[in-house]
Amino acid sequence: MSSREISPIDVYKLLPRTNCKGCGEKSCMAFASKLVNREATMEGCPPLLEKEYEEAYKKLWQLLKPLVKEIIIGTGERAVKIGGQFVMYRHKLTYFNPTAIAIDVTDELPHNELLKRVREVEGFSYTYLGQELKLNLIAVRSTSNDPAKFRMTVKKITENTNLPLVLCSLNSSVLEAGLVAIPEKRPLIHAATKDNWRDMVELAFMYKCPLALLAPDDLKLLSSMTKASMEYGVKDLALDPGTFPGEDLIDTVNNFTMLRRISCEKRDELLGFPLIGTPIVAWAEHGKEPEVAKWKEAYIASMLITRYADLLIMHSTDGWVLLPITILRQNLYTDPRKPSAVEPGLRIFGEPDENSPVMFTTNFALTYYTVESDIESSDISNKCYLLVVDSEGIGVQSAAARSRMVRKGGLTAESVAKAMMETKIEEKVKHRTLIIPGLAAHLSGEIEDLTGWKVLIGPSSSSDIPKFLEEHWHGEKGS
Amino acid sequence: MEEEKKGKKAVIKFGPTLLELLSKFGKIELEYVDIEVGDLEIVLQPAAVAAAPPKLVAPPPKVKPTKIPEVTFTPPIMEYPGQIVEVKLGATKGEGGTRGKSIVIGGEKSPAFYNFESPPPHPPVVACDVFDTKIPLPKPLKTHIEDVMEDPAEWAKRCVDKFGAEMITLQLTSINPQMKDTSPKEAAKTVEEVLQAVDVPLAVGGCGDPEKDLAVFEKVTEAAEGERLMVSSVSPYMDIKRTAETIKKYGHVALALTGMDMNEARELNHKLYDILPKEQIVMDTATASLGYGLEFTFTVMERVRLAALMGDYELQHPMASGTTNAWFARESWKKMAPQWEPRELRGPLWETVTALTGLLAGVDYFMMMHPLAIKTVKDVIERLMDKGAEKPEKIDWQIIKI
Repeated sequence: MSSREISPIDVYKLLPRTNCKGCGEKSCMAFASKLVNREATMEGCPPLLEKEYEEAYKKLWQLLKPLVKEIIIGTGERAVKIGGQFVMYRHKLTYFNPTAIAIDVTDELPHNELLKRVREVEGFSYTYLGQELKLNLIAVRSTSNDPAKFRMTVKKITENTNLPLVLCSLNSSVLEAGLVAIPEKRPLIHAATKDNWRDMVELAFMYKCPLALLAPDDLKLLSSMTKASMEYGVKDLALDPGTFPGEDLIDTVNNFTMLRRISCEKRDELLGFPLIGTPIVAWAEHGKEPEVAKWKEAYIASMLITRYADLLIMHSTDGWVLLPITILRQNLYTDPRKPSAVEPGLRIFGEPDENSPVMFTTNFALTYYTVESDIESSDISNKCYLLVVDSEGIGVQSAAARSRMVRKGGLTAESVAKAMMETKIEEKVKHRTLIIPGLAAHLSGEIEDLTGWKVLIGPSSSSDIPKFLEEHWHGEKGS
Repeated sequence: MEEEKKGKKAVIKFGPTLLELLSKFGKIELEYVDIEVGDLEIVLQPAAVAAAPPKLVAPPPKVKPTKIPEVTFTPPIMEYPGQIVEVKLGATKGEGGTRGKSIVIGGEKSPAFYNFESPPPHPPVVACDVFDTKIPLPKPLKTHIEDVMEDPAEWAKRCVDKFGAEMITLQLTSINPQMKDTSPKEAAKTVEEVLQAVDVPLAVGGCGDPEKDLAVFEKVTEAAEGERLMVSSVSPYMDIKRTAETIKKYGHVALALTGMDMNEARELNHKLYDILPKEQIVMDTATASLGYGLEFTFTVMERVRLAALMGDYELQHPMASGTTNAWFARESWKKMAPQWEPRELRGPLWETVTALTGLLAGVDYFMMMHPLAIKTVKDVIERLMDKGAEKPEKIDWQIIKI
């Protein structure tokens, strides 16, 4: 049974059923639906938190808790949540907590290089569809295997960043030295293995830190270690089944897939923990050829994001590597239940006047936001009108292609004319020139015939709008 | 696609080209066992470290376990009532055509690369797009084919001989009435030329105009009778019956193209069944680029494949993906601030990531363009077809010096 199949009725039965509206909903039934869809949390129901309902709260939690446990690494605002998944396939609900990305540093980096790298990780940022894409953690590796060096390095890092840390060493003495440096910061301990488990689990217990369990290609051992750790009292776990970059890549794909199926489809709590992938392994094979290592690290990271990794440990900081990876993560963690279209209508940028240019685009969310960000990021076009034409939520490219094939639906001259009429754009400008997307060039004749406006074919990519306006738009004359 | 105008020399110069580097890495992988560990600066963990160090911490209380108990583990294997149909592309002399070999795609009994259940019976195929006319292309793509873009036959040869394409998708873009409006007869001639230049199976693409595509497909299917071309594509907006009939009459395969919509795909396949056997239909639910709707593409493909395996008859077809669409994303080709460069790598990585995301959703046939992306995807497919090692090589990345 997947979590989606929980019925609102089952949840409703455990709620106070007083319709007190304390949650902001009209009824307990409405709140139950929200809980099932993960659009509300149990904390939203004030009576449920009272002593009287303690038993019901516990039962509800059993019913509603994620099938992959949510683990918090770090403290404060920058703390990172990993896991918290309910489904294996995003169309069954949505994925939560986008795959966190940790970039490594070592305890043998000279001071300046260490700080430079930390700043690089902090500074990584790309704005995509109105969201800022960021890196999330720093993974500190002990290549020295020297506790003193490791402790110093961890200390230096936390003095310079609030990013949460993953402490990486299989030597428990080294790892403890790192924990001593930041006893309250809740780093992720990476990792307990079959050989060091007892020492590592004790460290996680003492320092109240989440613990990664590492059992390369051995899910049986991984289950055993999970069970032992839980019994030990360490319940915030993450699972690393090993990442194999070479001939054995299929083992990685197999293991991640099996683990997620066991937790989300078979509902086995023993393996219901976030998964850790380590694309950094590409550097072990190709350290001498950095471009090859980066290339391989990048595509392995992409496959792990698609196949359920909740945390990735990587080495490359190059933008060409991280941009496709962070955008893929954004794509797959988008809530598929949210509409992909924006409201059609007129968007006004800056304070346009009767001589300002009029352009149009479609109401497919991705198209619209791309055009919007291009207009907003330029000076020249901060005075313009943008008509958002109802293309039934598909982009210019495919909408135009479709209308070419059927001459109905999608983006047509009629839908453009309709948008112009409904927004009364002709009352807002003196000129009669419409700038159309380059990809809709074939509609120009029909638009001219239908509206009587002159059509100016704009660029194929909205990133060229500023340049286009500079060259072709001359104020009151239109063009 | 946007033509790149301000093409200067690549900012970063790689000593050997990346392609050469990559072919070298192919070699390294094959020769992996011969590599001296020291060469890669891997510092193996000393045995003494792996053993438990002296206790600095108090031994845990009695109630806590001191050993790892052994639990049972059962691989989560499921049974599926459905199976993807096998479709054969291309025909050898013995099969009525002239291809060097034919290629079978499909036949899956499990979701993509759930090899712990059952590996795919046939590896997905990587085909290379060739256009019948010089079209605007981003510079990172054009660089590799600029000198052959006027000659589809030479272009196809380049893709097969140099880029390792397993098939060619010949896009008859010039038949578009709003462009060159090339006649069906001329188009069929181009197809024959390409068939003579390479001996891999061929897919033939139209321009998207329903009437013109049909007219061209009727000529092309006749001229290439018996070659078992994949005709790309039959869309809901065409005269489905006539298109399917000409495909059937001359022994080819249909690529059924719809929007990203399961119902639309189901309906189209259902209509095609009136004329074509199931074994002559491949489906395509459209591919959007990474960063430009890839999540829709991915989820529709994943849903189609899961539904097919659960017994949805009309969706039990191999899936094709126009992965070249990756280049519609501006971040794939445009010059950006220095921290995002070089685009010579960013672009092919964009195409690669778009492809691999589709691969893990169940794509059987890729239409691609960049040689580096093609090489990588083929390489990954090969590794994923493997059964997996008994004991994979473990890498102690915690301590490698990079």
